[in-house]
Amino acid sequence: MFKRLIWLEWKSFFRSASMGKSIGLKILMIFLGIYFTVIFLLFGIGLYPLVEKYFPGEVPLFVVNKFVLLWLLAELAYRFLLQTLPVLNIKPLLILPIRKRKVVNFVLLKSLYSFFNFLPLMVIIPFGIFNIYKEQFATGPILAWMIGMTGLTFCVNYANFIIKKRFTENLKALIPVLVIVSCFAILDYFKIFEISVWFGKGLNEILFYPFIAIIPILLLFSLYLWNRKNLEGKFYLDATLKEQTKNINTREFLWTRKFGDIAPYLQQDLKLIWRNKRPKTSIYMSILFLGYGMFFYTQDTYQDLPWFFVFVGIFITGMFMINFGQFIPAWDSNYYPLIMAQNIPMNRYLTAKAGLITFSVVALAILATPYAYFGWRIFLLNIICAVYNIGVNIPILLYAGSFNRKRIDLDKSPFMNYQGAGAAQWLVGIPLMVIPVFLFWIFYKLISFESGMLFLFGLGVLGLFLRSRLIDSIAQIYKRNKYAMIEGFKQQGD
Amino acid sequence: MITATNLKKIYNGTTVLNIEHLDIPTGQSFGLVGNNGAGKTTFFSLLLDLIQPTTGNIFNNEITVSQSEAWKTFTSSFIDESFLIGYLTPEEYFYFIGDLRQQNKADVDALLVTFEDFFNGEILKKRKYLRDLSKGNQKKVGIVAALIGNPKVVILDEPFANLDPTTQIRLKKIIRELGTSRDTTFLISSHDLIHITEVCERIVVMDKGILVKDIITSEATLKELETYFSGGQTVEL
Repeated sequence: MFKRLIWLEWKSFFRSASMGKSIGLKILMIFLGIYFTVIFLLFGIGLYPLVEKYFPGEVPLFVVNKFVLLWLLAELAYRFLLQTLPVLNIKPLLILPIRKRKVVNFVLLKSLYSFFNFLPLMVIIPFGIFNIYKEQFATGPILAWMIGMTGLTFCVNYANFIIKKRFTENLKALIPVLVIVSCFAILDYFKIFEISVWFGKGLNEILFYPFIAIIPILLLFSLYLWNRKNLEGKFYLDATLKEQTKNINTREFLWTRKFGDIAPYLQQDLKLIWRNKRPKTSIYMSILFLGYGMFFYTQDTYQDLPWFFVFVGIFITGMFMINFGQFIPAWDSNYYPLIMAQNIPMNRYLTAKAGLITFSVVALAILATPYAYFGWRIFLLNIICAVYNIGVNIPILLYAGSFNRKRIDLDKSPFMNYQGAGAAQWLVGIPLMVIPVFLFWIFYKLISFESGMLFLFGLGVLGLFLRSRLIDSIAQIYKRNKYAMIEGFKQQGD
Repeated sequence: MITATNLKKIYNGTTVLNIEHLDIPTGQSFGLVGNNGAGKTTFFSLLLDLIQPTTGNIFNNEITVSQSEAWKTFTSSFIDESFLIGYLTPEEYFYFIGDLRQQNKADVDALLVTFEDFFNGEILKKRKYLRDLSKGNQKKVGIVAALIGNPKVVILDEPFANLDPTTQIRLKKIIRELGTSRDTTFLISSHDLIHITEVCERIVVMDKGILVKDIITSEATLKELETYFSGGQTVEL
């Protein structure tokens, strides 16, 4: 039976609509995969000498054990964001004579083949081998330690699924967990109760009593069973449906009425953003990335590189613009034929999108004002970057949008989701950021800081004046490409 | 109202639609029947400028649909679920369409009242998004939305499919009433010969992209269509 399920998976992978379409994306993913593998492997090999160097006189394995809990926590965090339970299309399997347990086992075992499980092994195995080579402990206990660590890694794998299944629909339920974790973190930080040290001591015991390694394995086994029970209970068509219809949001955004002609479109877009997972995340991301400036403004190395602040300014005031704008009009891809057949003039549609993004840039620029603490230059530069974003980058993004051909399913999780991303999305990033930085750099080098700011400001204002003209001509391009867009947005599948 | 001349659509060398001339006068209820692949949806998509004709043109009220967008103000349509916005409630969707067609909330509400029967209490005030409605209920929403704002041309692709019997009967009544009381031109396609002969004044049969029959509906029409589709393709009555 497993053989048949594997056969099904194989077919679904190679016959998916996107197969072969986005070669560039695949290459990028492979490249990233190799990159991280190498990084982790180097870390694994270098860990022993590094610990020896920075913690002289201590046993490297014990030092590492102290940090294991922190590492597991970090792993859980990034897995929570990036890793999803492998999906199997169960609908056609429901009525076939296959036992549910088989399918569930298949899904759960398949998740072990994730790249996220492979990465920690790149550290655990070389480090273990290093320890054997150095003969600090006997081979047996070290092997037990390696088994225990691998077990813990897989525990994180299954713990993540439990958390995802239980909490993604109900993020508030996560609050007590976060409170407990942060309590421990604070106690740990002030050395009142160092849980990570205690956890490390527990791990140390494995080296003296190797059979303790059975505990992580047992833990792994029970997490597996818990997951299985969870999934078996969801093995119904309506299991996922139930949650969906519950909390519906009927915010009306009546204040958009003030904007006259484009009001219905604005309302529409706000509902789009507010009610769908993926666009909603772009809001959280923009707010998160407001803090990006802290990395650069605080460091002395960047003080002599003011052109770098242009990049930061464009980025923090334009995060939403980049996230949301690059997928215009693919956000509407599910109902693009409606947009095309209804009484919607193209330039008004685009004006509304531009209006929404403008609003976001202004809002982010206002939220970024506390950076004035780092000096009037940074404050002014952020304002000017906002103006440049509004005047120049918005039309560029709208123009790039006319090359969008890829459908977006609004409800899919946004993390590591490259659905809808094509060459156009990668290319558009360059002019958005590099051009203003380059222009500023020229003026800064040749004349002065102020002249660079003035030039960017001038470009932004010019773009703002020409906006309606620009949008008219962009609308023409959209009209020309409309058949290809309708056709492209129809293509299902990731 | 609608004229197609020399209209051809060719995909990779296969002609899927070939209409030399078709004229649909204002106010006519025009029915399109044909087996799968006959070109009904292709014709509607061309009429809505969703795909490009290989040759020829369609004129909607003397406007070339692929040249100007002016026809959009008086034409409305429901082809498939890609005409629905899944994350809106039915009410919001109606008001949005109303906004696009210069109808305020009160106008839309007034129209919706007349469809209370048709909705059968399953659509309005249910606090559900369109994507969570059943296929049949989604269709009801799409059809009614296509009637907002007194359009002069209404295009419905297989409106009877997926509807329950009661709703089918109610829909027939609605189309007949609107067809006689207003100057609305209806274009409807269907696989159901009984329904289409009941609501359309004129029926055109398509086969592999070609118009093979053009009938003004009469008592004998249903019989004629049944004979045609039961395989007696060469038998002319």
